[in-house]
Amino acid sequence: MTGETKDIQKVTGKLIRQFGEKVITIEDRGGSAIPSVVVDKAKILEVLFFLKADPDSAFDMLTDLFGVDNNKERPRFELIYFLNSFKNKMRFAVKVGLEDGESVPTASGIWKAAEWFEREIYDMFGIRFEGHPDLRRILLDEEFEGHPLRKDFPVEGPDFDKPFVVELGEEK
Amino acid sequence: MAETRFMTINMGPQHPATHGVLRMVLELDGEIIKKSVPFIGYLHRGVEKLAEARTYHQALTLTDRLDYTNGLSNNLAYCLACEKLVGLEIPKRAQYLRVILCELQRLAAHLLWLATHALDIGAMTVLFYAFRERETILTIVENVTGARLTPSYIRIGGLAKDVPPEFETMVEAFIKEFPKRIDEYETLLTENIIWKKRTQNIAFLSAEDAINYGVTGPVLRASGVNYDVRKAYPYSSYDEFDFMIPLGSKGDVYDRYVVRLQEMRQSIRIISQGIERLPDGPVNAHALGVVPPEKEEVQHDMAALIRHFKIMEEGFKPPAGEAYGAVESPKGELGFYLVSDGSNKPFRMRIRPPSFLNLGAVPKMIEGQMIADVVAAIGSVDIVLGEIDR
Repeated sequence: MTGETKDIQKVTGKLIRQFGEKVITIEDRGGSAIPSVVVDKAKILEVLFFLKADPDSAFDMLTDLFGVDNNKERPRFELIYFLNSFKNKMRFAVKVGLEDGESVPTASGIWKAAEWFEREIYDMFGIRFEGHPDLRRILLDEEFEGHPLRKDFPVEGPDFDKPFVVELGEEK
Repeated sequence: MAETRFMTINMGPQHPATHGVLRMVLELDGEIIKKSVPFIGYLHRGVEKLAEARTYHQALTLTDRLDYTNGLSNNLAYCLACEKLVGLEIPKRAQYLRVILCELQRLAAHLLWLATHALDIGAMTVLFYAFRERETILTIVENVTGARLTPSYIRIGGLAKDVPPEFETMVEAFIKEFPKRIDEYETLLTENIIWKKRTQNIAFLSAEDAINYGVTGPVLRASGVNYDVRKAYPYSSYDEFDFMIPLGSKGDVYDRYVVRLQEMRQSIRIISQGIERLPDGPVNAHALGVVPPEKEEVQHDMAALIRHFKIMEEGFKPPAGEAYGAVESPKGELGFYLVSDGSNKPFRMRIRPPSFLNLGAVPKMIEGQMIADVVAAIGSVDIVLGEIDR
């Protein structure tokens, strides 16, 4: 466990030296949470590319990429890039804050896996990704209105508790 | 000279070889695939959204219905994330039982894959043999959990109840018999010339591509990448078990078949070690506000009954924070990322579905292949749409 923490400290230290404290903020939530940093939106692609290329981090796999809607808090949305390194055996999360209506550059040039993840985030939260090769809805229908994982989207429809009435035609 | 025109074919969503409701739009030049686009979402139920309206204990039942061949591993991944959030220490007996049950479930899932994959390609016999053994496993699972496919047996803090007394003998009898059954499947397929011609050198995925597409599980290991969550980030005492990670070299359909069959043999090793060293003791962590009391206690003690309802109705409130729990499911790395805001319901439950990413790599695999091999490629990836669409 201690070896892993040391490796992570090396990664975060290098990130701060490379990009400065204005861009990178280390989150310390202790416990068993995945170590993470919050990155300025303008520099996100550079940071991700650095994390993939640098031998001390070598995060070769994008395990997951998803959004969180913080509801009333600021920033409203949070994107979490969840990385995994086979070589260094560690996991790392990179977070970006977004306001409603803002977009981020796509990471599909760095990891192909991001392509479907970003389509899902667009589908569920309505966040747009600049330069994405094929930004369509992925799980919901093209004609669906709204983005379900936003907190202002209701869990239940207006008629969820109404009885389902079957109207039978008259028999001849 | 006539101009070349590509033909577009719609495969699915009602196609027996797509294992559910997957639709592929294929662009063909004669019999060669130029481009393919998967369409998913026909089975979308909004599990991630539904979980936000349920307490932590209630959301457990949603996880059964993701990868329905693999209910117990789904339960485990979710519970691991919750337990990290609350900071629970699980008793050794529960950890070992979780390992044994998840490995049994892996065998059942791999058998279902083997049966349907072989059936897709045309080897129908295997189906009957594989389903016979799968039935034995499901009987054990039913005996322990009360359900065949949606067990909800692994709970936050431990297990729903201890296993019945005949559990060990049932499992021992099964693992004594099962290696011979795998030999049987192998005599049917491994050196079968038709099987080899249909699977070898088909639907390649290089190691770089596999990593780039985020592929995990047997598909990744068939491409020669040694990554298994059980070894890389051990959970539930997997580090105390002695087993190997089978690897492929070429990353074709045949390699994926070989890797999965080897994995089944390794699973038997894990199960037999687990049964041999199964410790005694409680199966639930001691955490009053989180773990509901035992059934017997509830039936005789008024206070326990109240506690039971309080925990089930109101749930518990983990501290605000985030936690990630992941298991090596039969399909790959299945992870749950939970964000808690300090209330009794998850603020956000993110599921990292392995099949979703594995399917994402299928267009890459089948590009330039024959149309008849699409079925073999999809079968070899072993997708479950319940998990992809969530």
